[in-house]
Amino acid sequence: MNIIVFALLALLAITAVAIARLRELWAAIMFTGIYSFLSASWMMILDAPDVAFTEAAVGAGISTVLMLSTMALTGQGEDIPRKSSWMPILIVVVTGATLVYGTLDMPALGAPDAPVQLYPSPSYVERSVEDMHGLPNVVTALLASYRGYDTLGETTVVLTAGIAVLLILRRDPKEASATEPSAGDEPA
Amino acid sequence: MTPDLLPSDLTSAMLMATSVGVLVTMSLALVRATLGPTVFDRVLALNMFGTKTVLLISVVSFLTGRSDFLDLALLYSLINFVGMVALLRFTQYNSFSDNVPPREESP
Repeated sequence: MNIIVFALLALLAITAVAIARLRELWAAIMFTGIYSFLSASWMMILDAPDVAFTEAAVGAGISTVLMLSTMALTGQGEDIPRKSSWMPILIVVVTGATLVYGTLDMPALGAPDAPVQLYPSPSYVERSVEDMHGLPNVVTALLASYRGYDTLGETTVVLTAGIAVLLILRRDPKEASATEPSAGDEPA
Repeated sequence: MTPDLLPSDLTSAMLMATSVGVLVTMSLALVRATLGPTVFDRVLALNMFGTKTVLLISVVSFLTGRSDFLDLALLYSLINFVGMVALLRFTQYNSFSDNVPPREESP
């Protein structure tokens, strides 16, 4: 089982490096699809099928189509090769090292004495029926009430992202009925 | 969630060998997608990568004895198909709208 996990993580790293080095935009979009498939498989091996479901549907399905349609509107000009500098990779390495250092304090995967298994969940299971005036579903009680502000923030983020996508992908009726506009008057 | 049916030792070793083979094939597809000079090399490599992901998930589901992962494998193949159709439509017409201008000749 460890072989599969290590191989998947290695493939994830290779895909990330390939995305960073590719200069054709549509190839980079395809590689983000590969990355989503890989990370969804990894999440499923970590026993989180619901997160893997969301990652596969959103990351590999919707966002690939959205990025492709955005590229159809904005033109697929290749990025000019920039002068490589050491600052970005230094920042990335420092951030990654900080995150890895942070994981050292985390309990092992599925440890029975992890705080998440001990403290909050039993009390939520016991109290949610009285707190929510008889609502039987604990997950709904958590999402809609205990974590209400968090869910409100997430919904705001989704709404903002949807508005931004609609603004990018909209097409004026006059412009669509006219002859095909040249690529210059689309906002890049 | 208890495992439905854990495989025997021989079956488990065979499934391990299968998953290693699938992972090697995924690496080869990734190499082709990185090197691929034309669009269709890359499209084929991506399609094969998605198929191999479905296979890997199925093998892992039998390895861990959780048959509910097979539903996820079905979803993955559906998403792979949708993404592939979108990609090919984009490369053919450079647009997603319904009123695409007809090509004079298929490239």
